[in-house]
Amino acid sequence: MFRGMFARPENGKMYWKEFMHQCNDIGIGSLGIVTIISVFIGAVSTIQTAYQLVSPLLPKTIIAQIVRDTVILEFAPTLTCIVLAGVIGSKIASELGNMRVSEQIDALEIMGINTKAYLIAPKIVAGVLMIPLLIIISMTLGIWGGRLAGVAAGILSGETYDRGLLDGFKAYNVFFALAKSFVFAFIICSIPAFYGYYVKGGALEIGRSSTKAVVVSCVLLLIADYVLSALLL
Amino acid sequence: MIELKNIQKSFGDKPVIKDVSATMKAGQCNLIIGSSGSGKTVLMKCMVGLFEPDGGQVLYDGKDFFSLNLDEKKEIRKEIGMLFQGSALFDSQTVQQNVMFPLDMFTNDSHATKLKRANEVLDRVNLKDANKKFPAELSGGMKKRVALARAIVLNPKYLFCDEPNSGLDPLTSMVIDKLIQEITKEYNITTVVNTHDMNSLMEIGDYILYMHQGNKEWEGSNKEIIFSKNERLNEFIFASEFLKDAKEMRMLEETGKLPDEIREKPAE
Ligand SMILES: Nc1ncnc2c1ncn2[C@@H]1O[C@H](COP(=O)(O)OP(=O)(O)O)[C@@H](O)[C@H]1O
Ligand SMILES: [Mg+2]
Repeated sequence: MFRGMFARPENGKMYWKEFMHQCNDIGIGSLGIVTIISVFIGAVSTIQTAYQLVSPLLPKTIIAQIVRDTVILEFAPTLTCIVLAGVIGSKIASELGNMRVSEQIDALEIMGINTKAYLIAPKIVAGVLMIPLLIIISMTLGIWGGRLAGVAAGILSGETYDRGLLDGFKAYNVFFALAKSFVFAFIICSIPAFYGYYVKGGALEIGRSSTKAVVVSCVLLLIADYVLSALLL
Repeated sequence: MIELKNIQKSFGDKPVIKDVSATMKAGQCNLIIGSSGSGKTVLMKCMVGLFEPDGGQVLYDGKDFFSLNLDEKKEIRKEIGMLFQGSALFDSQTVQQNVMFPLDMFTNDSHATKLKRANEVLDRVNLKDANKKFPAELSGGMKKRVALARAIVLNPKYLFCDEPNSGLDPLTSMVIDKLIQEITKEYNITTVVNTHDMNSLMEIGDYILYMHQGNKEWEGSNKEIIFSKNERLNEFIFASEFLKDAKEMRMLEETGKLPDEIREKPAE
């Protein structure tokens, strides 16, 4: 699939337009769901961590530390990306699948347009750019959600939480999370693009291939998560 | 002019096109006819390179399409307009954006110039006031007309239409046929039309290629087709009684003679 994908564009402006369109779709389009997931993940992490840490010997700031690290290391990148694989992945697969089945891809091809370059490359580039941004937003919101829940449930005060956040903070974790999210972003966009672009048949196959695309991307995501953790941590 | 030389195409071990050769001249409507599943679409897709034939050549004004490199192919593709059976409009774009798409992609004109050209061709296909509509809001006939407008917006040298009037009412079909014929003559386009519509056949068939189960069964013009002795062809075109009458009237008109069966009827 990647052969012929990075050819010289027929018209840079149109490619740019398509790219911006995809950035908007992928970035702004998923902002809502990312916000909801992140806030709740953070909130639940705080409550569960507090529940598990029954020892009065430990300072409460440790709750904030644990929430911060789990959110940054795992929850924000991996969980969000799994949800995004569903949201963005199925959208990409069904959009391309529909274009394939209704001969829109053929129509572009006939016009003399390199359809792989025009349809797939902007999606992947936009995804690789926007998804890490979404992950940064997700981390921030997750940590903020944790604080919110902590305070609301009377587990710890806002100041304690904030102090905990600064204790033993490692910038490397954020780097690791971003590295992961680049890889995840690539998986989330390229696998469904492949399944959608090469659909054969009719409407039924579009649905089938987009489901398959999501499942395959999720599995690959988890494998990549494991491999990257083993390599980088 | 497009020449087909011994085109063959199979899917798996099922041959779909078996050694078809033909010459399709510029400035005329070249029809490929045949019943459903006879291989018309596959042949057309082989001609434009959406399928690679297993054997044979397609020559565009002498240039062997499949021996060209990607850039040269693109150059020819820019001169091709194609109307797909299902219209293939981009459904995330409005009618106007659809028609302007090839202009946006391949010209550097100002927006106003492009818009003017788009409106010109939309006007040409009798579609006004639909600019801001999305394909989902259009009827089948309107979609076909938008697709045709998009296919001709760059003044193609070669125009391909896959069943331009399937699923349309007779009147709209006729409008589309006339339109295809007009622009073909006007701009000296090499037009290839897949159809099984008898009206279009008689109306615009300057050259007709009859396909039967992947073979070229007959070729000729709409003037010749009614005199054809080919059994299969006759069975195909005169499937309806009405057309038999039409055939007889046409023969009478053109030769002054009636076929035997009619002559036996008592004169009024
Ligand atoms: N992509 C394909 N894969 C396999 N078989 C195909 C494909 N496209 C068409 N065929 C087969 O080729 C034959 C001719 O189809 P087609 O050219 O679409 O007929 P029509 O004359 O109605 O346009 C049919 O039997 C069809 O099943
Ligand atoms: Mg067909």
